[in-house]
Amino acid sequence: MTAPMRPTPSACPACSAAPAAEAQAARDLPRAQIALSLPTIHCAACISKIERGLDADPRVISARVNLTLKRASIEAAPEVTAEEMRRVVEGLGYEAHELDPGTLNATATDSAGRDLLMRLAVAGFAMMNVMLLSVSVWSGAEAATRDMFHWISAAITFPAIAFSGMPFFRNAWSALRQARLNMDVPITLAIGLALATSLWETMLAGAHAYFDAALALTFFLLAGRYLDHRTRAIARSAAEELTALEVPRATRVTEAGDEQVNVSGLAVGDLIRVRPGGRMPVDGEIVTGTSELDRSLLTGEARPVFAGPGQAVSAGEVNLTGPLTLRATAVGSDTSLHRMADLVAIAESGRSRYTSLADGAAKLYAPGVHILAGFSFLGWYLYTWDMRTALNIAAAVLIITCPCALGLAVPAVTTAASGRLFRRGMLIKHETALERLAQVDTVVFDKTGTLTSGTPRLTNLDALPPEAVACALALAQGSSHPLARAITDAATEAGVAPAQIRDVTEVPGYGTKGTVDGCEVRLGRAGWTGAQGVSETATFLKVGDRPPVAFTFTDALRPGAEAAVEALMRQGKRVILISGDTTPAVEALAQRLGIPDWMAEALPADKAARVEALTGEGARVLMVGDGLNDTAALAAAHVSISPASALDAARVASDIVLLGNDLSTIAAACLTARSATRRITENFRIATVYNIVAVPLAVAGLATPLIAALAMSLSSVTVSLNSLRLR
Amino acid sequence: MNILTYLIPISLTLGGLGLVAFIYTVKSNQYDDPEGDARRILSDDWDDHPKP
Repeated sequence: MTAPMRPTPSACPACSAAPAAEAQAARDLPRAQIALSLPTIHCAACISKIERGLDADPRVISARVNLTLKRASIEAAPEVTAEEMRRVVEGLGYEAHELDPGTLNATATDSAGRDLLMRLAVAGFAMMNVMLLSVSVWSGAEAATRDMFHWISAAITFPAIAFSGMPFFRNAWSALRQARLNMDVPITLAIGLALATSLWETMLAGAHAYFDAALALTFFLLAGRYLDHRTRAIARSAAEELTALEVPRATRVTEAGDEQVNVSGLAVGDLIRVRPGGRMPVDGEIVTGTSELDRSLLTGEARPVFAGPGQAVSAGEVNLTGPLTLRATAVGSDTSLHRMADLVAIAESGRSRYTSLADGAAKLYAPGVHILAGFSFLGWYLYTWDMRTALNIAAAVLIITCPCALGLAVPAVTTAASGRLFRRGMLIKHETALERLAQVDTVVFDKTGTLTSGTPRLTNLDALPPEAVACALALAQGSSHPLARAITDAATEAGVAPAQIRDVTEVPGYGTKGTVDGCEVRLGRAGWTGAQGVSETATFLKVGDRPPVAFTFTDALRPGAEAAVEALMRQGKRVILISGDTTPAVEALAQRLGIPDWMAEALPADKAARVEALTGEGARVLMVGDGLNDTAALAAAHVSISPASALDAARVASDIVLLGNDLSTIAAACLTARSATRRITENFRIATVYNIVAVPLAVAGLATPLIAALAMSLSSVTVSLNSLRLR
Repeated sequence: MNILTYLIPISLTLGGLGLVAFIYTVKSNQYDDPEGDARRILSDDWDDHPKP
């Protein structure tokens, strides 16, 4: 803050404190922080064009484009809205979407990653220097020279380790306080004991000091931690960007007119206007307007339902045709959307029981190392009655067995695998998701929005009379209703010319009508056109007094759905389809994809119960779903995947998010996960082999700092190289 | 061997300089947008005068 000091008019300093704070706030306030997502930028010219375009607006204080994150952050005068900035960028010919800055705040500076990087740098610097000094000791420096080198090494090592080793010391301490053992306990003990004995040796002008080993250990382990952190930070920031793209904003109707407010600012009893295409921000009751609602994300039902005054709506439903005004009955955490999230929290507690491969290894490993070091100390002490020799050997055993390669074994593989899957459009959100994905033997799919893309497709175009199609096209053209758009697409593709219809008007909630040759034509719901409803999704055309014609639809398959199901079955996995949609619709899809096991009209609790029942039978379930009705099942499954188009709640509940539209990556991901897990176990084996060779030397008292340094570096390098072999 | 009295402090200072330079780059957000910075150097927008 470089704001100049200003004299306050108040005489009493205490009284002026509050106004000064207010003034400070007022000076900070008049700045709008706007973030835009720019998915199509790719070069230097894009950066300067966008920055110049934004800076040309006099109200913009500063604009900076980040090409790595494909994002622009803009600081502007308070009256500037994100919408204006978005239009400026779109005017320049780039795609732009508003991001919610509140959600993005956490990603702005990754302070934890930076902290680790700094510690890694210090450890690396100290390691290189001490290593050089050690090389001269190993190659024969003697007497006073050797002692001097040892003292210099000690002077570098102690402060460096005190700073760099902090994460391990902290973790070890918190584990010990809860009377548990984790990987960090043997690490801390090894580093501490190595430093203590080395200092003692140096004081006594001894030959063996392990300063270089202690630093190398810290460095390699920090490298593993940093890799691990970075993989997760990338996934987290991509997931946050998805959330930030849905700006939680609503239109509140007040006496002064409509105003845009944050959803968090809404209260029960507020009147809210929802435009066609908008999502309900809260639970409420319709006051005015008629429309149709798409509740597929909540119930899995693909068919739009009618909505009129007095009807209750839930947050998350999408308004399709006419503008609606709601009176809020529940806001924020009371909405049905959030109650569903509570269901998720309950289901999720089951997943935390999974023990990762690394934890399993640590559980075996940590006590073993301590017992081994303890026994060699005791044995040598009883044999020689010399504390110095015994301590030296115990330190050598701890240093050589230290899980340096073990610390790299998992992060190196997960980094490689996550990077590979990220390029194929998969976001691994959870640290153990890959390991769990590798164990999957049963795959449960949701239907609407997951296997199908949620956009309907006209099925009976060929069976319809051409003049009916021409009429329907003319009526459907102006509407944004998904069924109308499906008719427009199919008819235009078939080369049908629209009929001449006058007075086309849309009746929200019912359909579209017009007049042709003096008689009325209607396209819309069964009840409105006087038709009998049919089992599949359909809309009806009625011309004058003639009997209505049915246009039937199915949901278009998501690209890669067929390939994914087929590939998963070929891998020997059991594939199950569970949907909240009607029985005929689910059955038709199951037959089309060749899925033998299916279940229709499932309530959210049914889905979760089915997944739990499968788990109870010993199956490892992968759940793929997108809706709110899937969230509990997503959380209950062994591992879960949701597409990027899913509701925020579903994405939060799942371990992996599918960024692309294509489902076929799921089968490939299962294979990648399996080979990643294989690499991890291989790495554990390599590290064990090194230990088996070096530990007898250490216990026998033959280990020198040179052998320790060699064993440690060689095992770390082999493990990293092995991880890179991942395909 | 008296030369060590000069050489060791010199080598430590040089290494330390590298470390301080690295810490400075981390602290001044130079790793926030590696891709963008690599491209920015090619643009000639601010060649004649610095960005205001």
